[in-house]
Amino acid sequence: MDPIKKFRSRTVVMPSTNIDTDQIIPGRFLTTTTKEGLGLQLFADWRYDAAGQPKPDFILNKPEAAGCQILVAGRNIGCGSSREHAPWALCDYGFRAVISTEIADIFRNNSLKNGLLPIVVDQASHDWLLAHPGAELEIDLEAQQVRLPEGRSASFTIEPFARYCLLNGVDELGFLLSKDSDIARYEARRPA
Amino acid sequence: MSTPKTMFEKVWATHEVVPESADTPAVIFIDLHLTHEVTSPQAFALLRKNNLRVRRPDLTFATMDHATPTRTEQVFGGAPITIDSAAKQIRQLEENCAAFGVELLGLQDSRRGIVHIIGPELGLTQPGHTIVCGDSHTSTHGAFGALAFGIGTTEVGHVFATQCLLQKKAKTFEIDVRGRLSVGVTPKDLILAIIGKVGVSGGTGHVFEYRGEAIRAMSMEQRMTVCNMSIEAGARAGMIAPDETTFAYLEGKARAPRGGAWTAALERWKSLPTDVGAKFDRSVTIDAAALEPMITYGTNPGMVVPISGNIPDRKGDPVFDAAMKYMGLNAGEPIRNAPVNVVFVGSCTNGRLSDLRAAAKILAGRKVAQGVHMLIVPGSQEVKREAEAEGLDRIFAAAGAEWRESGCSMCLGMNGDTVPKGEYAVSTSNRNFEGRQGVGARTLLASPETAAASAICGRVTDPRELLNG
Repeated sequence: MDPIKKFRSRTVVMPSTNIDTDQIIPGRFLTTTTKEGLGLQLFADWRYDAAGQPKPDFILNKPEAAGCQILVAGRNIGCGSSREHAPWALCDYGFRAVISTEIADIFRNNSLKNGLLPIVVDQASHDWLLAHPGAELEIDLEAQQVRLPEGRSASFTIEPFARYCLLNGVDELGFLLSKDSDIARYEARRPA
Repeated sequence: MSTPKTMFEKVWATHEVVPESADTPAVIFIDLHLTHEVTSPQAFALLRKNNLRVRRPDLTFATMDHATPTRTEQVFGGAPITIDSAAKQIRQLEENCAAFGVELLGLQDSRRGIVHIIGPELGLTQPGHTIVCGDSHTSTHGAFGALAFGIGTTEVGHVFATQCLLQKKAKTFEIDVRGRLSVGVTPKDLILAIIGKVGVSGGTGHVFEYRGEAIRAMSMEQRMTVCNMSIEAGARAGMIAPDETTFAYLEGKARAPRGGAWTAALERWKSLPTDVGAKFDRSVTIDAAALEPMITYGTNPGMVVPISGNIPDRKGDPVFDAAMKYMGLNAGEPIRNAPVNVVFVGSCTNGRLSDLRAAAKILAGRKVAQGVHMLIVPGSQEVKREAEAEGLDRIFAAAGAEWRESGCSMCLGMNGDTVPKGEYAVSTSNRNFEGRQGVGARTLLASPETAAASAICGRVTDPRELLNG
């Protein structure tokens, strides 16, 4: 994974609340055995018609969405299924951050493991972001700040260890593997 | 005297390999890792890429349920699996389990079934254990007083490699269910009412503990229905204290402890319930006796009403308006008599023997309404055998319902068992999200009783009308 420090991008706004992971990637695409290529199926049932053609009024099919790396979503994105295919699809499409006021637990964990920043901001900043689709933001992971236009900013929190992994481009598995002797000691004392 | 602890805190404390620090989350040991075909291939790939083995194959257990066919000729008769990618995923799980030494209950195994149904059936699910699976309905196993939660595929890889997870400690949330459920009102109705009250994100960051008289009065199968849907209120896990009902269920199960080990386990299990005076971070109270059968009308499980009630009128709320448009239902109208095209009884929520018995009680001597397709899918092959031994399959056939081999089936339609576009399905499963049961499918979540009654009448029906008749 590449280290993530700071990046700038415009936003795509999807104001719906409770965007569940079935919407992010419908179940029929979960028969894949790899992580790659899921960006094509991202939001498939909102994005394509029955014939597989892009629906022109869906935000990701509009020209202004091209190249945007930040998804601003309504409250509580990522609820439902634990499918990691949801962040895989968002990352494969090109998103690097999801901003909301609430993010569901499992989706949040899965996003952190794939370099997709799950950013929870205050209500006022969220309201501003919803009202200004396409705004150009700077996301600074080290400072845990989202810098909005007109001198505005919003702070967010990513737990220290996940932030360390993201800033340095390392995964959590290495840390867990380094605890081998602690795990062995635990195994020796645990009831059968 | 030590500080009184909740059950969650006790289970957490006994599984800390390395405690949480200012810089790092806790390293938590996992007693049972369940895995299935859909969320494991990329995790096995992670092991291969890093040249790692499965650390504890003895604590790892695989089956296949999501992408598997439910037609007998496809499971046992050699007929090809219709979806090529599903067939490939099934083969890949077989290859991965063989390569990494993981026990697999494969497609034709007589003990196969939905992972959350067979774990308890086999006695793998035990009180005080930490249990994970790459599946959000892992919360089901909390009915035994286990700390059980869904994880993503990267974490599946972590558990394969280290039998541990990095975890931040959750907060605790008491759901106190006072009084008893009335006749015709089921644990499914209770959990739908709880989700309606708490909201679909109300439990985020928390572990539920369901307590109170109505919970104590439930069988293990009923408790599993309640814990199963904890995630639909945002809680990764939901727990119920183990008691004599739990111990009686587990005693003699194939993988449960025996002899001296059973006695020792019982002693540990009896120390698990939350201490008197322990504090929860949050708490809500539900009056069980005031509940009636519940049914969803919208596109998340929190959009739920009593079956005699009306769809609320929240016109102007974009979530509500979008849900009404998708569902083709109208604000303010009764949910009773809403149209029904498909009825699905099954899933990890309501695919157990008691659920099938409840449906059979209503279907017996009656016919599914003209034009309604009713699909009944047992949660496991064991449930299927038991149901057939009691003659439930014959009741279903006589009523005109289809009876299949076990699996997740129409809950998420991955295997091709789907609800046609625009049709209304009364379903005993757990999610009514847009497209969950098929592109454009309109799902109404309810109990097996409500599902069966609605199948008979061809419209949304209060099961108490048929139970009394």
